[in-house]
Amino acid sequence: MKNAINQPQTILLLGGGSDIGQAIVHQLASPALRAVILAGRTTPLEMTTQLPGSVEVVSVPFDAVDHAGHDALVRSLVEQHGDLDIVIQAFGQLGDAVGDDPVAAADLAEVNYVGAVSSGLAVANQLRRQGHGTLVVLTSVAGVRTRPSNFVYGSTKAAQDAFATGLGHSLQGSGANVLVVRPGYVRTKMSAGVDEAPFACDADDVAAAVVTGLKRGRSVVWAPPVLQGVFGVLRYVPGPVWRKLDR
Amino acid sequence: MDRTTSRLTGWGCTAPSVATLVDASAQELTAPGALDRLAGSRGVIARGLGRSYGDPAQNGGGTVVRLAPSDEPIRLDVTSRSVTVDASVSLDGLLREIIPQGWFVPVTPGTRFVTIGGAIASDIHGKGHHVDGSFGRHVTEMSMLLADGEVRTVTPSSDPDLWWATIGGMGLTGIILRATFGLIAIETQHMLSDIERVPNLDVLLERMESGDQGYRYSVAWVDLVATGAHLGRSVLSRGNHATLDDLREFRPRAVGDPLAFDPPSIPDVPRNIPNMVIPFTVRPFNELWYRKAPKQHHGTETLTAFFHPLDMVGQWNRLYGRNGFLQYQFVVPFEAVDTLRTIVRKISDEGHASPLTVLKRMGAESGGLLSFPTPGWTLTVDLAAGDRGLPKLVRDLDELVLAAGGRHYLAKDSHTTAAVIRAGYPRLDEWKSIRARFDPDRRWVSDQARRLDLL
Repeated sequence: MKNAINQPQTILLLGGGSDIGQAIVHQLASPALRAVILAGRTTPLEMTTQLPGSVEVVSVPFDAVDHAGHDALVRSLVEQHGDLDIVIQAFGQLGDAVGDDPVAAADLAEVNYVGAVSSGLAVANQLRRQGHGTLVVLTSVAGVRTRPSNFVYGSTKAAQDAFATGLGHSLQGSGANVLVVRPGYVRTKMSAGVDEAPFACDADDVAAAVVTGLKRGRSVVWAPPVLQGVFGVLRYVPGPVWRKLDR
Repeated sequence: MDRTTSRLTGWGCTAPSVATLVDASAQELTAPGALDRLAGSRGVIARGLGRSYGDPAQNGGGTVVRLAPSDEPIRLDVTSRSVTVDASVSLDGLLREIIPQGWFVPVTPGTRFVTIGGAIASDIHGKGHHVDGSFGRHVTEMSMLLADGEVRTVTPSSDPDLWWATIGGMGLTGIILRATFGLIAIETQHMLSDIERVPNLDVLLERMESGDQGYRYSVAWVDLVATGAHLGRSVLSRGNHATLDDLREFRPRAVGDPLAFDPPSIPDVPRNIPNMVIPFTVRPFNELWYRKAPKQHHGTETLTAFFHPLDMVGQWNRLYGRNGFLQYQFVVPFEAVDTLRTIVRKISDEGHASPLTVLKRMGAESGGLLSFPTPGWTLTVDLAAGDRGLPKLVRDLDELVLAAGGRHYLAKDSHTTAAVIRAGYPRLDEWKSIRARFDPDRRWVSDQARRLDLL
C-alpha cells in the first residue's frame, strides 16, 4: 500500500534489466519501499544503482511470451510479497531490420504486444482484487505515428499503447489505474545502436516524468513532455513529408 | 445489508483504495455465517466517520463495515453515572442527548465527529489527558464481534488480554458493537477558561509545566510560521467546566438555560478546490489567529468554542485540495524537551505552512498495548501532502522522535513504516500474538495493517 506521500512499498518491474524501468524504481525508492521484484528472461537480475539497505531486491524469471504463466507468476509474487503497489511493464525489443522478415516480425509482436496483453491483464486482475495500485506501461512515440524505418516495432508499440489506454479506462472505479508512458529517443543500452533522434533524453528524465505523473494521478505522460506537442503536429504531417523526415 | 463499491480515504484524503462498503446492523453482522461471507480473502474492517487521517478504516479489495444504529443507540444510566451506546454513535449525537441532562463525556478530541467505536479503537485523547487520561480508561464493558463469529461481552477482568489489545487496537481484534463508559456531571454547557497569548516556545513550555495542574483541560495552539524571537508563539487555552456560580458571575444571561446545547455549523467546504493551505494564506491566517486571541482573558465560553472550534467548518479537510494532507503527531518524554524544540525549529525553518499546530502535555498511559498516549509532550502538525520537501522532512522528524524515545499516533499516521511503529511501540509483539490468538485467519484487516505489517 502506498502511503500518503505516494511512496510505494512493493514494485514489480517486468523487464527487470530495463534502464528506464530501473531508473523509475530508483526514483520511487524511500524508507517505505520494502521489496523490488526484478522479473526478466535472464536471471539473476540486479539493480545497477544502490537502493536503501532496507529494500529487499529479488529476481524472478519472466518470459513475455509464456502467456499462460503470467497469471500464476503474479499470484505467487503476491503470495510472497503482498500487494503490488506499482508494476512497471518495461520489457520489449527493438527488433531492427524485421521489416522484411515475417517470422521475426511476428516474434517481435509476440513479445512487445501479445506479451504486454497477457502480463498486463494478469497484473490488472491483481490490482482490481486489491483495490489499489498502478500499472506503468512504457510504450513509445514510435507508436504514435509509425516510421518506415521501424514500422514493425512502431506498430507493436501502437498496439500496446492502445491496449494500455483502454485497460486504464476499463479499470476506472476499481481503485487500480494505468499510466501510459510515451518516451521519445532515450539513451539506454537498448537504443545504443540507433542514431539519436531530436529531443533525446536519458532514462532518469523519463523516470522523473513518471514520478510526477504518478503523483498527479495522470493517465498519460510524455518524456520529454515537449513530445506531446511535437507529435500533436507530426501526427498530421502529409505522408511524403513524414517519409522525408525519417531519413 | 447495503453494499456499494466505494473509493475510501481517511480524513487526510490521501492514498485511496476501493473496497466493498457494507452498511449492516449488529443483528445482520452477527447472524450465523454472515462474517464468513463478508470476509472473503481480503478481510473486514469497521469504519466509523472516517476521521482517522490515514488508512486504518480502509481495506482495499476487501470489506469495510459501517454499523447501522440499533433500536436503542444510547442508554443513559444515571445511577451508575455511565452510558451504554452503539459503537456507531458519534460524540456529536451523544452530546446532543446527554448535555441537556447534565452529563459530559470523560474525553473528547478536537472534533465531535468521531464514533465511540473509533474512540476506543484509537484510544483517543483530548485536552484533559493530563488529568483524565485517554478514552479507554473510562470504558468498563464492550460487546464485540470476534473473528470466529462469537459475540462476547468483554470487561477488563473477564478478558484482560483481549481488552488491552482492543483499546487502541485500531479495530484489528474484532468489531466493537456496543460499549459502556463513565460520564462526568456538569452544571452548565460552558467552560470557565483562561486564554493567553504566549510570545515564544520557551515561555509556553514553562507556562504549561508550571500551570497545567490547575486546570482539567489545557492545550496550546502554536504558530509554526513565526520565526526568530517569535518562534513558537502560541495561544494557550486552559479551563474547567463552569459551574452555575461561574455562569452567574460571567454570563448571567445564560443562567436561565445553562445546559442548552446547540452547536452552530457553517456549510461544508466545496469539493475539488485547489490547495488553499499555502504559505501565502497561512501566514496572514496565523497572524490573525494570534492577534485575535486576547492577551489575557478569564471568562466563560461554550463547550463547542472551547473543545470543537473546527467543527464549525464542515469538511475543512478539503481546503488542502486534491493532494490532501497528513497530520503529523508524535509524543516524546518530558525529558526530551530539546527534541521538541528542535522539531519546532525545523518545521518553522523549512517553511512548511501549518495553520493547525497544537501542543499538549500528556499524562499516564491507559494500558492499551498499542495506545498512543504516554507521559510527555505531544505535538500535532498538519502538513500539505503535496509539499516538495515533505518526504525528507517527515523522515528526519521520524528519526528525531524515535531517537528521543517517542512514538507516532496510529490514528493520525499515514506515512510511517513498520520499522518506525515497531521502534515506538515496545509491546507490539505482545499485541500481535494476542491478536493472532483471537484472529488466526486474519479476518480483520485494514490498509494500515498491511502497510505497517501489524498482523
